[in-house]
Amino acid sequence: MSFLPKSPWLVHYDASSCNGCDIEVLACLTPVYDVERFGVLNIGNPKHADIFVVTGSVNEQNKAVIKNIYDQMAEPKVVVAIGACATSGGVFRECYNVSGGVDTVIPVDVYVPGCAARPEAIIDGVVLGLGVLEAKYGEKGKVAS
Amino acid sequence: MDVTATTVIGILIYLAAAPVVGGLLTGADRIVSARMQGRYGPPLLQPFYDVLKLWQKENIVVNRQQKVYILGFFVFVIITGCIMFGGGDLLLAVFALTLASVFLIVAAYSTFSPYAHIGAEREMIQMVSYEPMVILTVVGMYMATGSFSAADIARHDGMLFLHLPFIFLGFLFILTIKFRKSPFDISMSHHAHQEIVRGLTTEFSGRDLALIEIAHWYENVFLLGLIYLFFAPVPVVAVAVTLAAYFLEVFIDNNNARLKWQHALGSSWAVTLVLGVSNVVLLAFR
Repeated sequence: MSFLPKSPWLVHYDASSCNGCDIEVLACLTPVYDVERFGVLNIGNPKHADIFVVTGSVNEQNKAVIKNIYDQMAEPKVVVAIGACATSGGVFRECYNVSGGVDTVIPVDVYVPGCAARPEAIIDGVVLGLGVLEAKYGEKGKVAS
Repeated sequence: MDVTATTVIGILIYLAAAPVVGGLLTGADRIVSARMQGRYGPPLLQPFYDVLKLWQKENIVVNRQQKVYILGFFVFVIITGCIMFGGGDLLLAVFALTLASVFLIVAAYSTFSPYAHIGAEREMIQMVSYEPMVILTVVGMYMATGSFSAADIARHDGMLFLHLPFIFLGFLFILTIKFRKSPFDISMSHHAHQEIVRGLTTEFSGRDLALIEIAHWYENVFLLGLIYLFFAPVPVVAVAVTLAAYFLEVFIDNNNARLKWQHALGSSWAVTLVLGVSNVVLLAFR
Protein backbone atom coordinates (compact mmCIF):
# COMPACT_ATOMS: atom_id res chain seq x y z
CA MET A 1 0.00 0.00 0.00
CA SER A 2 1.51 3.29 -0.98
CA PHE A 3 0.28 6.81 -0.42
CA LEU A 4 1.79 8.09 -3.65
CA PRO A 5 -1.50 8.24 -5.60
CA LYS A 6 -3.09 10.15 -2.71
CA SER A 7 -0.73 13.09 -2.93
CA PRO A 8 0.85 13.56 -6.37
CA TRP A 9 2.97 16.69 -6.54
CA LEU A 10 3.78 18.02 -10.00
CA VAL A 11 6.70 19.88 -11.43
CA HIS A 12 5.86 21.48 -14.76
CA TYR A 13 8.48 22.34 -17.36
CA ASP A 14 7.88 24.21 -20.60
CA ALA A 15 10.27 22.77 -23.19
CA SER A 16 9.77 25.41 -25.90
CA SER A 17 6.01 24.99 -25.88
CA CYS A 18 3.82 27.67 -27.54
CA ASN A 19 2.17 28.15 -24.08
CA GLY A 20 -1.06 26.57 -25.30
CA CYS A 21 -0.56 23.39 -23.31
CA ASP A 22 0.93 25.37 -20.38
CA ILE A 23 -2.22 27.42 -20.08
CA GLU A 24 -4.27 24.22 -20.11
CA VAL A 25 -2.02 22.71 -17.40
CA LEU A 26 -2.56 25.79 -15.24
CA ALA A 27 -6.29 25.69 -16.05
CA CYS A 28 -6.41 22.38 -14.16
CA LEU A 29 -5.56 24.30 -10.96
CA THR A 30 -8.33 26.86 -11.40
CA PRO A 31 -11.74 26.56 -9.67
CA VAL A 32 -13.32 24.90 -12.74
CA TYR A 33 -11.14 21.76 -12.53
CA ASP A 34 -9.42 22.22 -9.11
CA VAL A 35 -7.03 19.26 -9.14
CA GLU A 36 -6.14 19.98 -5.49
CA ARG A 37 -9.30 17.97 -4.76
CA PHE A 38 -7.12 14.92 -5.45
CA GLY A 39 -4.14 16.30 -3.52
CA VAL A 40 -2.38 17.46 -6.67
CA LEU A 41 -0.06 20.42 -6.06
CA ASN A 42 2.01 22.30 -8.61
CA ILE A 43 5.06 22.28 -6.40
CA GLY A 44 7.68 23.93 -8.65
CA ASN A 45 10.58 22.04 -7.08
CA PRO A 46 11.85 18.83 -8.71
CA LYS A 47 13.12 17.45 -5.39
CA HIS A 48 9.60 17.50 -3.94
CA ALA A 49 7.77 16.37 -7.06
CA ASP A 50 6.44 12.94 -8.00
CA ILE A 51 5.20 13.69 -11.51
CA PHE A 52 7.19 15.54 -14.16
CA VAL A 53 4.83 17.28 -16.59
CA VAL A 54 6.54 18.39 -19.80
CA THR A 55 4.99 20.45 -22.57
CA GLY A 56 6.50 21.41 -25.91
CA SER A 57 9.00 19.86 -28.28
CA VAL A 58 12.52 19.35 -26.98
CA ASN A 59 15.26 21.40 -28.58
CA GLU A 60 19.02 21.31 -28.27
CA GLN A 61 18.99 24.18 -25.74
CA ASN A 62 16.80 22.53 -23.11
CA LYS A 63 17.80 18.87 -23.44
CA ALA A 64 20.23 19.26 -20.54
CA VAL A 65 17.62 21.10 -18.46
CA ILE A 66 15.05 18.32 -18.88
CA LYS A 67 17.63 15.67 -18.04
CA ASN A 68 18.69 17.66 -14.99
CA ILE A 69 15.15 18.12 -13.64
CA TYR A 70 14.46 14.41 -14.19
CA ASP A 71 17.63 13.39 -12.35
CA GLN A 72 16.85 15.69 -9.43
CA MET A 73 13.47 14.06 -8.77
CA ALA A 74 13.24 11.49 -5.98
CA GLU A 75 12.20 7.91 -6.83
CA PRO A 76 9.54 6.74 -7.60
CA LYS A 77 8.77 9.28 -10.31
CA VAL A 78 6.65 9.47 -13.44
CA VAL A 79 6.98 11.57 -16.61
CA VAL A 80 3.85 12.80 -18.38
CA ALA A 81 4.34 14.34 -21.84
CA ILE A 82 1.52 16.73 -22.67
CA GLY A 83 0.50 17.88 -26.14
CA ALA A 84 1.42 16.92 -29.66
CA CYS A 85 4.86 18.56 -29.42
CA ALA A 86 5.92 16.80 -26.21
CA THR A 87 4.70 13.40 -27.40
CA SER A 88 6.33 13.45 -30.85
CA GLY A 89 7.74 16.87 -31.69
CA GLY A 90 4.49 17.84 -33.39
CA VAL A 91 4.72 20.27 -36.31
CA PHE A 92 8.24 21.18 -35.20
CA ARG A 93 9.48 17.60 -35.55
CA GLU A 94 11.56 18.28 -38.68
CA CYS A 95 13.08 21.54 -37.44
CA TYR A 96 16.89 21.62 -37.41
CA ASN A 97 16.99 22.52 -33.70
CA VAL A 98 14.32 20.10 -32.48
CA SER A 99 15.18 16.59 -31.35
CA GLY A 100 11.55 15.43 -31.23
CA GLY A 101 9.37 14.37 -28.30
CA VAL A 102 10.39 14.27 -24.65
CA ASP A 103 11.10 10.53 -24.99
CA THR A 104 14.25 11.35 -26.97
CA VAL A 105 15.79 12.63 -23.73
CA ILE A 106 14.14 10.86 -20.78
CA PRO A 107 11.82 7.84 -20.42
CA VAL A 108 8.17 8.92 -20.73
CA ASP A 109 5.41 6.98 -18.95
CA VAL A 110 2.23 8.68 -20.17
CA TYR A 111 1.55 10.43 -23.49
CA VAL A 112 -1.29 12.96 -23.60
CA PRO A 113 -2.03 13.96 -27.21
CA GLY A 114 -3.83 17.12 -28.31
CA CYS A 115 -3.03 20.57 -29.64
CA ALA A 116 -3.57 21.99 -27.16
CA ALA A 117 -4.35 19.08 -24.82
CA ARG A 118 -7.63 19.73 -23.02
CA PRO A 119 -7.59 20.02 -19.20
CA GLU A 120 -9.77 16.87 -19.00
CA ALA A 121 -7.16 14.98 -21.04
CA ILE A 122 -4.36 16.31 -18.85
CA ILE A 123 -6.13 15.23 -15.65
CA ASP A 124 -6.78 11.83 -17.26
CA GLY A 125 -3.09 11.54 -18.15
CA VAL A 126 -1.99 12.42 -14.61
CA VAL A 127 -4.43 9.83 -13.20
CA LEU A 128 -2.91 7.22 -15.54
CA GLY A 129 0.47 8.37 -14.23
CA LEU A 130 -0.70 7.61 -10.68
CA GLY A 131 -1.17 3.96 -11.66
CA VAL A 132 2.37 3.88 -13.04
CA LEU A 133 3.65 5.56 -9.86
CA GLU A 134 1.97 2.88 -7.73
CA ALA A 135 3.42 0.12 -9.96
CA LYS A 136 6.92 1.61 -9.73
CA TYR A 137 6.62 1.78 -5.94
CA GLY A 138 5.56 -1.90 -5.92
CA GLU A 139 8.50 -2.93 -8.11
CA LYS A 140 11.12 -1.17 -6.03
CA GLY A 141 9.54 -2.16 -2.75
CA LYS A 142 10.23 0.23 0.06
CA VAL A 143 12.90 2.66 -1.09
CA ALA A 144 15.90 3.09 1.18
CA SER A 145 16.15 6.43 2.92
CA MET B 1 -2.84 14.72 41.63
CA ASP B 2 0.65 16.02 42.31
CA VAL B 3 2.61 18.29 40.02
CA THR B 4 4.88 15.64 38.48
CA ALA B 5 1.93 13.46 37.46
CA THR B 6 0.17 16.38 35.69
CA THR B 7 3.48 17.27 34.02
CA VAL B 8 3.94 13.75 32.67
CA ILE B 9 0.31 13.53 31.53
CA GLY B 10 0.55 16.95 29.87
CA ILE B 11 3.70 15.96 28.00
CA LEU B 12 2.26 12.59 26.91
CA ILE B 13 -0.96 14.19 25.65
CA TYR B 14 1.07 16.80 23.76
CA LEU B 15 3.35 14.19 22.18
CA ALA B 16 0.41 12.07 21.02
CA ALA B 17 -2.25 14.65 20.19
CA ALA B 18 -0.26 17.59 18.79
CA PRO B 19 0.59 16.01 15.41
CA VAL B 20 -3.03 14.89 14.99
CA VAL B 21 -4.44 18.31 15.91
CA GLY B 22 -1.77 20.13 13.90
CA GLY B 23 -2.36 17.95 10.84
CA LEU B 24 -6.13 18.34 11.03
CA LEU B 25 -5.77 22.11 11.42
CA THR B 26 -3.52 22.18 8.34
CA GLY B 27 -6.09 20.13 6.43
CA ALA B 28 -8.86 22.50 7.52
CA ASP B 29 -6.61 25.41 6.51
CA ARG B 30 -6.27 23.99 2.99
CA ILE B 31 -10.02 23.40 2.65
CA VAL B 32 -10.89 26.88 3.97
CA SER B 33 -8.24 28.45 1.70
CA ALA B 34 -9.67 26.58 -1.29
CA ARG B 35 -13.23 27.73 -0.46
CA MET B 36 -12.01 31.32 -0.18
CA GLN B 37 -10.58 30.94 -3.69
CA GLY B 38 -13.81 29.44 -5.06
CA ARG B 39 -12.41 25.90 -5.17
CA TYR B 40 -13.57 22.71 -3.49
CA GLY B 41 -10.25 21.84 -1.88
CA PRO B 42 -8.48 18.63 -0.83
CA PRO B 43 -9.76 16.09 1.73
CA LEU B 44 -9.33 16.96 5.41
CA LEU B 45 -6.70 14.22 5.81
CA GLN B 46 -4.60 15.48 2.88
CA PRO B 47 -1.66 16.70 5.06
CA PHE B 48 -1.36 13.17 6.52
CA TYR B 49 -1.38 11.65 3.03
CA ASP B 50 1.36 14.11 2.03
CA VAL B 51 3.56 13.22 4.99
CA LEU B 52 3.01 9.46 4.57
CA LYS B 53 3.84 9.77 0.87
CA LEU B 54 7.03 11.70 1.64
CA TRP B 55 7.95 8.91 4.07
CA GLN B 56 7.73 6.41 1.19
CA LYS B 57 9.77 8.50 -1.25
CA GLU B 58 13.50 8.34 -1.83
CA ASN B 59 15.41 10.72 0.43
CA ILE B 60 17.96 12.67 -1.60
CA VAL B 61 20.62 13.80 0.87
CA VAL B 62 22.80 16.63 -0.38
CA ASN B 63 24.98 16.81 2.72
CA ARG B 64 24.84 14.13 5.41
CA GLN B 65 24.96 16.77 8.15
CA GLN B 66 21.54 18.01 7.07
CA LYS B 67 19.90 14.97 8.70
CA VAL B 68 21.41 15.86 12.08
CA TYR B 69 20.24 19.48 11.82
CA ILE B 70 16.73 18.53 10.71
CA LEU B 71 16.49 16.03 13.54
CA GLY B 72 17.67 18.83 15.85
CA PHE B 73 14.86 21.07 14.58
CA PHE B 74 12.32 18.28 15.08
CA VAL B 75 13.51 17.38 18.58
CA PHE B 76 13.75 20.95 19.85
CA VAL B 77 10.31 21.91 18.52
CA ILE B 78 8.92 18.94 20.47
CA ILE B 79 10.95 19.90 23.57
CA THR B 80 9.48 23.42 23.29
CA GLY B 81 5.95 22.03 23.42
CA CYS B 82 6.84 19.58 26.19
CA ILE B 83 8.16 22.43 28.36
CA MET B 84 4.93 24.41 27.96
CA PHE B 85 2.40 21.58 28.12
CA GLY B 86 4.35 20.07 31.02
CA GLY B 87 3.72 23.33 32.89
CA GLY B 88 7.35 24.45 32.71
CA ASP B 89 9.10 27.76 32.22
CA LEU B 90 7.66 29.66 29.24
CA LEU B 91 10.84 31.69 28.76
CA LEU B 92 12.80 28.44 28.42
CA ALA B 93 10.21 27.16 25.91
CA VAL B 94 10.64 30.28 23.78
CA PHE B 95 14.42 29.90 23.83
CA ALA B 96 14.10 26.21 22.86
CA LEU B 97 11.92 27.28 19.92
CA THR B 98 14.59 29.78 18.87
CA LEU B 99 17.20 27.03 18.98
CA ALA B 100 14.93 24.84 16.82
CA SER B 101 14.67 27.62 14.23
CA VAL B 102 18.44 28.00 14.25
CA PHE B 103 18.77 24.26 13.54
CA LEU B 104 16.47 24.63 10.52
CA ILE B 105 18.49 27.58 9.23
CA VAL B 106 21.77 25.69 9.63
CA ALA B 107 20.21 22.71 7.85
CA ALA B 108 19.32 24.95 4.90
CA TYR B 109 22.82 26.46 4.85
CA SER B 110 24.43 23.01 4.93
CA THR B 111 22.98 22.17 1.50
CA PHE B 112 25.00 24.88 -0.33
CA SER B 113 22.00 25.62 -2.57
CA PRO B 114 21.47 29.27 -3.55
CA TYR B 115 17.69 28.89 -3.12
CA ALA B 116 18.08 27.37 0.34
CA HIS B 117 20.58 30.12 1.22
CA ILE B 118 18.10 32.85 0.27
CA GLY B 119 15.45 31.00 2.28
CA ALA B 120 17.80 30.73 5.29
CA GLU B 121 18.70 34.43 5.12
CA ARG B 122 15.05 35.38 4.96
CA GLU B 123 14.26 33.02 7.84
CA MET B 124 16.85 34.85 9.94
CA ILE B 125 15.21 38.17 9.06
CA GLN B 126 11.88 36.63 10.13
CA MET B 127 13.42 35.54 13.44
CA VAL B 128 14.71 39.06 14.03
CA SER B 129 11.19 40.29 13.25
CA TYR B 130 9.18 38.05 15.57
CA GLU B 131 11.54 37.25 18.47
CA PRO B 132 11.14 40.61 20.35
CA MET B 133 7.35 40.25 20.36
CA VAL B 134 7.48 36.62 21.52
CA ILE B 135 9.80 37.58 24.40
CA LEU B 136 7.58 40.55 25.30
CA THR B 137 4.54 38.23 25.31
CA VAL B 138 6.18 35.98 27.87
CA VAL B 139 7.49 38.96 29.86
CA GLY B 140 3.98 40.44 29.87
CA MET B 141 2.58 37.15 31.17
CA TYR B 142 5.20 37.22 33.94
CA MET B 143 4.37 40.81 34.88
CA ALA B 144 0.66 40.01 35.04
CA THR B 145 0.95 36.75 37.01
CA GLY B 146 4.31 36.95 38.77
CA SER B 147 5.52 33.66 37.28
CA PHE B 148 7.10 32.35 34.12
CA SER B 149 5.70 28.87 34.77
CA ALA B 150 3.04 27.81 32.27
CA ALA B 151 1.19 25.91 35.02
CA ASP B 152 0.99 29.01 37.26
CA ILE B 153 -0.06 31.21 34.32
CA ALA B 154 -2.80 28.75 33.34
CA ARG B 155 -4.07 28.61 36.98
CA HIS B 156 -3.96 32.40 37.41
CA ASP B 157 -7.30 33.92 38.46
CA GLY B 158 -8.66 36.42 36.04
CA MET B 159 -8.20 36.47 32.31
CA LEU B 160 -4.69 37.40 31.15
CA PHE B 161 -6.20 39.04 28.09
CA LEU B 162 -7.63 41.81 30.29
CA HIS B 163 -4.10 42.69 31.44
CA LEU B 164 -2.42 42.12 28.08
CA PRO B 165 -4.84 43.24 25.34
CA PHE B 166 -2.16 45.03 23.27
CA ILE B 167 0.37 42.23 23.70
CA PHE B 168 -2.31 39.81 22.50
CA LEU B 169 -2.84 41.87 19.34
CA GLY B 170 0.91 42.12 18.79
CA PHE B 171 1.28 38.36 19.24
CA LEU B 172 -1.48 37.80 16.66
CA PHE B 173 0.52 39.97 14.27
CA ILE B 174 3.75 37.96 14.57
CA LEU B 175 1.75 34.70 14.53
CA THR B 176 1.35 35.34 10.78
CA ILE B 177 5.14 35.09 10.47
CA LYS B 178 5.37 31.97 12.62
CA PHE B 179 2.60 30.20 10.68
CA ARG B 180 4.41 31.08 7.42
CA LYS B 181 1.39 32.90 6.04
CA SER B 182 1.20 35.76 3.56
CA PRO B 183 2.14 38.63 3.72
CA PHE B 184 5.09 37.32 5.77
CA ASP B 185 5.84 33.95 4.15
CA ILE B 186 9.11 35.26 2.78
CA SER B 187 11.38 32.31 3.65
CA MET B 188 9.14 29.43 2.63
CA SER B 189 5.47 28.94 1.97
CA HIS B 190 3.01 26.10 2.01
CA HIS B 191 1.25 27.34 -1.06
CA ALA B 192 2.31 27.50 -4.67
CA HIS B 193 4.38 30.68 -4.33
CA GLN B 194 7.50 29.71 -6.17
CA GLU B 195 9.82 32.66 -6.70
CA ILE B 196 12.53 31.16 -4.47
CA VAL B 197 11.48 27.59 -5.36
CA ARG B 198 10.66 26.35 -1.82
CA GLY B 199 13.01 28.54 0.15
CA LEU B 200 14.42 26.78 3.21
CA THR B 201 13.20 23.34 2.19
CA THR B 202 14.30 23.44 -1.46
CA GLU B 203 16.96 20.75 -1.07
CA PHE B 204 15.09 18.48 1.33
CA SER B 205 13.03 15.55 0.13
CA GLY B 206 11.52 12.33 1.43
CA ARG B 207 11.71 11.70 5.16
CA ASP B 208 13.63 14.91 5.92
CA LEU B 209 10.78 16.96 4.44
CA ALA B 210 8.21 14.83 6.27
CA LEU B 211 10.01 15.50 9.59
CA ILE B 212 9.98 19.25 8.90
CA GLU B 213 6.25 19.10 8.19
CA ILE B 214 5.48 17.15 11.38
CA ALA B 215 7.66 19.54 13.39
CA HIS B 216 5.65 22.39 11.91
CA TRP B 217 2.44 20.79 13.21
CA TYR B 218 3.94 20.52 16.70
CA GLU B 219 5.07 24.14 16.46
CA ASN B 220 1.59 25.34 15.42
CA VAL B 221 0.00 23.58 18.39
CA PHE B 222 2.55 25.18 20.73
CA LEU B 223 1.79 28.65 19.32
CA LEU B 224 -1.96 28.12 19.58
CA GLY B 225 -1.32 26.94 23.15
CA LEU B 226 0.16 30.38 23.88
CA ILE B 227 -3.04 31.98 22.52
CA TYR B 228 -5.02 29.64 24.80
CA LEU B 229 -3.09 30.90 27.85
CA PHE B 230 -4.46 34.42 27.32
CA PHE B 231 -7.99 33.12 28.01
CA ALA B 232 -7.14 30.08 30.17
CA PRO B 233 -9.69 30.63 33.03
CA VAL B 234 -12.64 30.08 30.65
CA PRO B 235 -11.70 27.04 28.51
CA VAL B 236 -14.67 27.39 26.13
CA VAL B 237 -13.74 30.97 25.28
CA ALA B 238 -10.05 30.02 25.08
CA VAL B 239 -10.63 27.24 22.55
CA ALA B 240 -12.99 29.46 20.54
CA VAL B 241 -10.47 32.31 20.44
CA THR B 242 -7.67 29.90 19.51
CA LEU B 243 -9.64 28.55 16.54
CA ALA B 244 -10.75 32.07 15.59
CA ALA B 245 -7.10 33.21 15.62
CA TYR B 246 -6.19 30.33 13.31
CA PHE B 247 -9.06 31.21 10.97
CA LEU B 248 -7.96 34.86 11.02
CA GLU B 249 -4.46 33.84 9.91
CA VAL B 250 -5.91 31.81 7.02
CA PHE B 251 -8.09 34.77 6.08
CA ILE B 252 -5.11 37.16 6.14
CA ASP B 253 -3.10 34.61 4.14
CA ASN B 254 -5.66 34.55 1.34
CA ASN B 255 -6.11 38.30 1.21
CA ASN B 256 -2.53 39.44 1.02
CA ALA B 257 0.34 39.36 -1.40
CA ARG B 258 3.81 38.71 -0.04
CA LEU B 259 5.67 41.72 1.36
CA LYS B 260 9.32 42.56 0.92
CA TRP B 261 11.51 41.63 3.88
CA GLN B 262 12.05 45.34 4.71
CA HIS B 263 8.31 45.76 5.25
CA ALA B 264 8.05 42.52 7.22
CA LEU B 265 10.86 43.61 9.54
CA GLY B 266 9.73 47.23 9.83
CA SER B 267 6.06 46.52 10.45
CA SER B 268 6.66 43.78 13.01
CA TRP B 269 9.11 45.94 14.95
CA ALA B 270 6.71 48.89 14.82
CA VAL B 271 3.93 46.66 16.14
CA THR B 272 6.26 45.28 18.84
CA LEU B 273 7.30 48.79 19.93
CA VAL B 274 3.81 50.28 19.93
CA LEU B 275 1.66 47.40 21.19
CA GLY B 276 4.19 45.27 23.08
CA VAL B 277 6.21 47.93 24.86
CA SER B 278 3.20 50.13 25.67
CA ASN B 279 1.45 47.21 27.34
CA VAL B 280 4.56 46.32 29.36
CA VAL B 281 4.89 49.96 30.43
CA LEU B 282 1.22 50.05 31.46
CA LEU B 283 1.73 46.88 33.54
CA ALA B 284 4.83 48.38 35.16
CA PHE B 285 2.93 51.52 36.32
CA ARG B 286 -0.18 49.62 37.33
